[in-house]
Order: sequence, then C-alpha cells, then structure tokens
Amino acid sequence: MHEAKNSAGAAPVALKLTAKDFKSDQEVRWCPGCGDYAILAAMQSFLPELGIPRERTVFVSGIGCSSRFPYYLNTYGMHSIHGRAPAIATGLSVSRPDLSVWVVTGDGDALSIGGNHLIHSLRRNVNLKILLFNNKIYGLTKGQYSPTSELGKVTKSTPVGSADSPFNPISLALGAEATFVARTIDSDRKHLQSVLRQAAEHKGSAFVEIYQNCNIFNDGAFEVLKDPSTRDEYVIRLQHGQPITFGKDGEWCVTHPPGAFGLEVRRTAEVSADEVVVHDATVAEPAYAFALSRLPEGDLRNTPIGVFRAVDRPNYDDLVRSQLDEAKAKLVGEPEAELSNLLNSGDTWAIL
Amino acid sequence: MTKQVRQLDRVVIRFAGDSGDGMQLTGDRFTSETAQLGNDISTLPNFPAEIRAPAGTLPGVSSFQVHFADFDILTPGDTPDVLVAMNPAALKANLGDLRPGADIIVNTDEFTKRNLAKVGYADDPLEDGSLDGYALHPVALTSMTVRALENFEISKKDAERAKNMFALGLLSWMYSRPSESTLRFLERKFAARPEVAAANVAAFKAGFNFGETTEDFVVRYEVKPAKMPAGEYRNITGNTALALGVVAAGVRAKLPVLLGAYPITPASDILHELSKHKKFGVTTVQAEDEIAAIGVALGASYGGALGVTSTSGPGVALKSETISLAVALELPLLIIDVQRAGPSTGMPTKTEQADLAMALHGRHGEAPVAIIAPRSPADCFDAALEAARIALTYRTPVILLSDGYIANGSEPWRLPAVAELPDLRVEFASEPNGPEGQFLPYLRDPATLARPWAVPGTPGLEHRIGGLEKADKTGDISYDPANHDFMVRTRAARIEGIEVPDVEVDDPDGDARVLVLGWGSTYGPIGAACRSLRQRGLPVAQAHLRHLNPMPRNLGAVLKAYDRVVIPEMNLGQLAGVIRSKYLIDAIAYNQVRGLPFTAAELESMLEEVVKNA
Ligand code: SF4
Repeated sequence: MHEAKNSAGAAPVALKLTAKDFKSDQEVRWCPGCGDYAILAAMQSFLPELGIPRERTVFVSGIGCSSRFPYYLNTYGMHSIHGRAPAIATGLSVSRPDLSVWVVTGDGDALSIGGNHLIHSLRRNVNLKILLFNNKIYGLTKGQYSPTSELGKVTKSTPVGSADSPFNPISLALGAEATFVARTIDSDRKHLQSVLRQAAEHKGSAFVEIYQNCNIFNDGAFEVLKDPSTRDEYVIRLQHGQPITFGKDGEWCVTHPPGAFGLEVRRTAEVSADEVVVHDATVAEPAYAFALSRLPEGDLRNTPIGVFRAVDRPNYDDLVRSQLDEAKAKLVGEPEAELSNLLNSGDTWAIL
Repeated sequence: MTKQVRQLDRVVIRFAGDSGDGMQLTGDRFTSETAQLGNDISTLPNFPAEIRAPAGTLPGVSSFQVHFADFDILTPGDTPDVLVAMNPAALKANLGDLRPGADIIVNTDEFTKRNLAKVGYADDPLEDGSLDGYALHPVALTSMTVRALENFEISKKDAERAKNMFALGLLSWMYSRPSESTLRFLERKFAARPEVAAANVAAFKAGFNFGETTEDFVVRYEVKPAKMPAGEYRNITGNTALALGVVAAGVRAKLPVLLGAYPITPASDILHELSKHKKFGVTTVQAEDEIAAIGVALGASYGGALGVTSTSGPGVALKSETISLAVALELPLLIIDVQRAGPSTGMPTKTEQADLAMALHGRHGEAPVAIIAPRSPADCFDAALEAARIALTYRTPVILLSDGYIANGSEPWRLPAVAELPDLRVEFASEPNGPEGQFLPYLRDPATLARPWAVPGTPGLEHRIGGLEKADKTGDISYDPANHDFMVRTRAARIEGIEVPDVEVDDPDGDARVLVLGWGSTYGPIGAACRSLRQRGLPVAQAHLRHLNPMPRNLGAVLKAYDRVVIPEMNLGQLAGVIRSKYLIDAIAYNQVRGLPFTAAELESMLEEVVKNA
C-alpha cells in the first residue's frame, strides 16, 4: 500500500484500510450527476493512503450541499452551521494536535457568510485542510447567485443579472497569505488526488479550491475545462519546476511582460525558451502566485490548476502548543497543589 | 501635636480624579492595606467610557470607591463619607453623592481659573461658600509632592504623577492603615526604575507625615477588624474570581480548558487573566470575532476539552446560533456573559442585568440551556465551578450571567481548600454502547439524560453529529415528526432535570410576610436593605437565586409562603415576568436601569412601604 506523509501529529502507520472502510452507512443524497459524488469517491479512495487511522481523521463542514460530505465518511465528523466550520475546526485542531482535521465548505459557506473565518484561519496558518467546492451557485437553497458567480449572472434572485463582481478564491486565499493554495477539478480524479496528497502533507493551512459541477442549477460551469476538445486550450497545468506551457502541443506559455507587473500568456513560438516562466510554488512572496491566479479570462481561458503556492511558515497550532508546553514544564507539583498556590497568590491575609 | 483618635464602625471613601491620575491604583492600594487590617471590604471602580477623555473634563473623571467596616458588609456603600478630589471635575462629578458633612480633600493646585471654567464653575467652590456643609480640606497635593521629591533624579512629570501616592499616604494616616504592603508594591511595580520607586515611596511618606503634622487634620480614625470566619483571605474582583474558577474547573475535571474570546468591555479581563495560566493546560484563543470565539470553544469541547467563551451582551447575541448548535450537539460549553447596559453598544462601562431574557429565550427553536448567576465578586469563583459541573455532567451549554458591577467590584475572598472543591471528573465514552456492537451517540444516561461524550481519536466510535435533527439513539439525520417532537421534549427534560440545590431563605425571626427575591449582583444591596429594615423591627425575608434555569425545586413553595413577593432588578422586570408566568404569583417588580447598582437606601425605603402595607 502506498503511504503518503501527513501533517497530523503522529507518524503514519501501516493500516490495512481501503476505500470501503471510509464509507459510512448513510445513503448519499446529492442530486444524481452532482460533482460532489466524484469528489467523495476520490476522497474515500485517497484517505487510506494517508495512513491515518479513521478515528484520528475529522471532517468539519458548514452548511450547503458540499457540507453534507462528513455524513458519508466513516470518520469523526461534524456538520456545523453556515460559515463557521473553520472556527470550530480551529478549536479542535489547536487543542488536539494528534488529529487530521479537514474542513469541507462551498463558495457560499466559505466566501459569503463565513468569509471572515476563512481568511483568519489562513492568516493564522491553522493546521487545517480546507476544501472549497466551488460551483459558483447556491445549490441547497435552489439556485441563487453566489459570491463566485460571474457579474451579470441571471438567477432566481437576480432576474436581470447580478450586479456584484465575484471573488477569485485563489486570489483571496493568497491575499490572506495562505501557505498552501491549490485548485483542482471534480472530474479529474488523478489530479484531484494528487492535490489532496500535497495538501495533506502540508503543515499549516492548505486551501484547495475544487471546481465542482452543480448539474441542477449551474450545469456546465466548468465544461470548457473538462471537454477533451477544449480543455487543453483552456487549462494551465502547474507543475513545480516545469516551464509553464499549455495547449495541445504546448503552443501557449506564461511569461513576465517586460516592464509590467503580473504574468501574461503568449504564443510559445514567439518567445525564447528562457522567457517562459518556470513554476516555483515555493516562492516566498505571494505576488507570483497571485499573478498566476489572475490569468484566467472571463470565459475560463487560461485557468491554472495545480499547486499555486506551498511555503513553510510557522503554524498556529505549533506556536500555541509550544507556549503551552513551555508553561507546563514550569508546573513543578501536582496541578492541585499549583492551583492552591495560584489561589493564594497576591496580597493575602489570615483571619484567626 | 497629638491627634485625637476616634473609632468608627464603617467608612466609605471615594478617590476621584482624571483618568490619568492613577485613582484606580490608589484605591486598589488603599483596599489592600485595609484588607491587611482585617476589615470587611467592598469596592466599586467607575471608569470613564473613553480611554483618555480630555484632561480635566467631566467625562474624563475616574473614581474608585471603597467601603470598609468592622462588621460584614454587602455593598460598596451608598454615600461616601470621604471624597478625595484631584481636580474640579472630580469634585463636581461626585459632590452630589456625598453624605452631608462628608470630608472633602481637594488638590488645590488644580483649582485654576482655566480648570474651573472647563467644568462650568463660575466661581471657585473652595471659596464661594458652596461647600460649607462639608468638612473641606484644601491640600496643595501636586506642589507639595513636587517639593518633597526635589532631590530625586526624576522628571518633573514623574514627580507630579506621584501625587496620588501623596494622597494615599495622607489617607493611610487618616485611617491608620498599615503601609508595608504599599511600600513593597511600589518597589515591585517600579523595579526597573529604582529612582521612581524611591520617589513614590517618598511621596507616600510625605503624605503620611503631612497628616501627622498639619493642623488641618485634627482627628485620626480607626476601624477595628471585622469578625469574619477564620481562614486565609485575599481581595478579589469578580472577573478575576471567574477566571480562577475556570482554571480550577479544568484542574478538578482533569481536562484542558480552551477559552475563545473577542475583546469586549467589561469581560476582557477574563481573557487577560486566563491567558496567564497556560501551565494549567489553559489555552486562550483571541478569535477574529464573537462567533469564531464560541466556535473555537465548541470545537475544543468536541475534542474533549472544557470549552469556554467570555463576552458581554452584544457578543452573546452574535453567539446565539452557535449556542443553538451546541444545544443540538449536546456538548459541554460555558458561555460567560458579563452584562452591561444595552441595547446595542449602550453604556459599555455601566452595569445592568437585562440579558436574562436573552439567556432564557434568545435562540431560534426550542433551545433551552442552563443559566446561573453569581451574586458577588468572590462568588464568581464558585459560580464558575458550578457552571462547569452542569455543563460537564449534562453535556449542555451553560450561560453564566455576571455583570459589570461584580466584574470590577471586589471583596475579601476566603480561599477555599482545593481538595474540597467539587470533583468534576468526567468519563469519555470508550466502547460501543449499542446492542449490536455499534456506537449510538444519542443513547442517553437514564439519570441525567446526557449523551456519551465520544471524542475524536477513540477507535470504534467514529460518528457524525451536526445541527440537523437527529434520530433518537443513532444520531442519524431524521425528519420524522414523532422523533422531532421526542427530541425537542427530551432536550428540554434534560435541562429541566438538572439537579440544583434548593433556594435558601433568610428570614431570621421567621415572621416575615414579605419576601424579596433577587438574582445576580443585586444580592448586596438587597441584603443590606433587609438587614437595616430588620434592625428597625420590620421583618422581611430574602431569597436569592443562583440557578435561573432550571430554578430550584422548592422555589414555588417558598414564594407561596409569603403574602408579598418583591423582585428588584436592574432591568424592566425580566425575572419578575418569569416568576409571574411560572408560579402564577402576583410579584411586585421594582426596576431601575440607570447603569448603576441599587443603593441599599432606596431599596430600604421601597421595601419599607411594602412591609408596612402587607
Ligand atoms: S443542487 Fe447542485 S450542488 Fe447541490 S446536490 Fe444538487 S447538483 Fe449537487
């Protein structure tokens, strides 16, 4: 059995677990054809390779279609309230370093009602794996536009088109200085699992945006990225250490425009080889990854997938824990005796 | 000259000055000296809402009141006997509260034309005769302090700032307070600046000697120690006592504690205090907002810690959805609400007890939680332990309702023996409990109706919980009508079934026909009023609720044993409404929402009417 590294406290152990072990006894209740099924199956078959016992794996979700996820995994799980999963997971992770804690959320849950908790868990670099299923629509409440829907989106709540611009989740996460930022697609199991693997290995917050098709309310939102006839032209597959080229025959590439900020897409034939940007996810400054995140056009042309950024930064859990351990080392006697000293501290006096 | 020494049984002193004058520190030190002497004490600080309001203005006045006596006292006192006024603003803001004939010590250096004008004094009150009804002591506090410190190598500013120690020295002389603890304190506080330490000590001594030598002060007072139960004591504020109670709860439960909090007046000191006690396994997370603060606490509880969140009313409003989640998850959680005057931002530094209705009903759906309230600063320690007991035993959120009055006020606290504190140990689920070897997360303990606490990491007990309605026993998602009805009733029964001690009635002669019922911080003023009435031969009974949900089992019988029940509250009758509807008692609500605690005197005159007409 293949074993991946993981960022939870203890070293992985050889466990004879299979995808079946991670299936719960609950009937899965997403709409037939929903992209969530593919993500669930990919997750169930990926989890065994982490070598983390089921009981030490916890999924925490908020509210929305995606947030049903924990019910279908035979691990510990909490289906919490709208937007708050990162906060609840932070409390769990910081107090239980032995656990592998995952947050499953959606574009509404994470970017609308729970935006504050998302950015703060990322800036703290809490040891959470945050999976944001982005379908650019509100599914559970039956089809209102979401904070990732494109400007002018016509939905039940915006009959003449939405008037607000969308968030770019990758840009947002990078703005919050997330230490691991990646994007993948529900239907590409191999890519999805490779991204999950790298997220699991990352120590600190790992933010993964998963493009997920809501076939009921926003069908085909990412079709150009999936359709074999278009995907090569539209998708930029980021690979650490490799020049960034794409297109059927690598006819497109990413370069630094001279004298300007950011990155641009050009015809490979028109630039010299050393002008092509070599992807480096470990660049300390988030500006490079941010520039990558700005490449997609409105029609999803030039959409990078893969790991944008993976850098080391002290994580909140370890920092809090080391303060706690340092203080605990000073505990000389039994806690009861120390408590007695604490209560007796300051100016005390005796009454006989 | 030899001074007369006069015995007093009680004194109320108020130190008042600009918020930069160090009045809180001065009051604190005087309190500490007084505690050393064995007097009973009760204190009440009063801060301006602004951190640094313009100097010398009325909104900038900060004060600290201390009441000490040779008998046990219940309140910081209604009317000060002594006012120390560091400037005209302090005089103007506090004069109306003094008893006739009170001593007023003023810092004459600050009574300049400009300062007088700032607070709207057309004439100098020290000269115009308007203070004739008081014993006025004009003292040039600033200039005498500066002169006393001439030979110290410190800045003029540091010298001027030591004037509060001059004042403290003078008061310490006047009331024959032992000064050792203050001198030790000054050396500790200014350890890094020995010259400043020495200057403050010198200022203190100069003030003390000034009292001894000046002819303006002819009498020195003594207040003998109070007869209090034997033991070791310290003076403590409600917020500190609450924080220590939370630490103690963790130790006695043998559980780590995680406090999630967002800074808010007047609860922030709980966060500050708890952040010092990491060695007891206390983690504090200063969260991004109130909702995250309770979220992290709940996440920690889920993981097997004692999750705690501390806040004030506006914070509880934001936390309400998460409290409902905790109700559904049936996990232990402690929510501390240090109430302040609302609605909205209201008066953050002023006290009120108007969050009871929110604690009882402020959630969507049928979402009952346990509610308890401390009655005094030191009582906050026991209340925290009791709240933790209920949360851990019954796996429920518990709201603890403190308020700004007891949070910042202080009183002597007899230190408990740790071994005698309640044993709060809990058992986590470790094995499947179902008939077929499966784990049933909602299979209840028949005695407490609590469900198993199965923490992540326990092999074989993997399960999913959430905010969706759960099927009895299995915890699976359920929309079944009968199941929902059953679960709603069961959650309510679990709270209703919490074992709480009977309410005790204080009715010394047993012949009272009027009962005063209170909860929370009104205990002191109600008790003082009742005592005073009894001394005047008017019988009155007092009962005070610690448990507001569920209420003590004997409460109905207690209420029905009296002809009249009076309920004074710092709200518009929130407990009174509950009592009326629950026990069908025609209770008299007596209400005040002025941001200030009741005075014993006003309660006394109100109760006198009721008792006489009963
Ligand atoms: S509404 Fe959309 S996202 Fe939700 S389950 Fe159905 S297809 Fe999936």
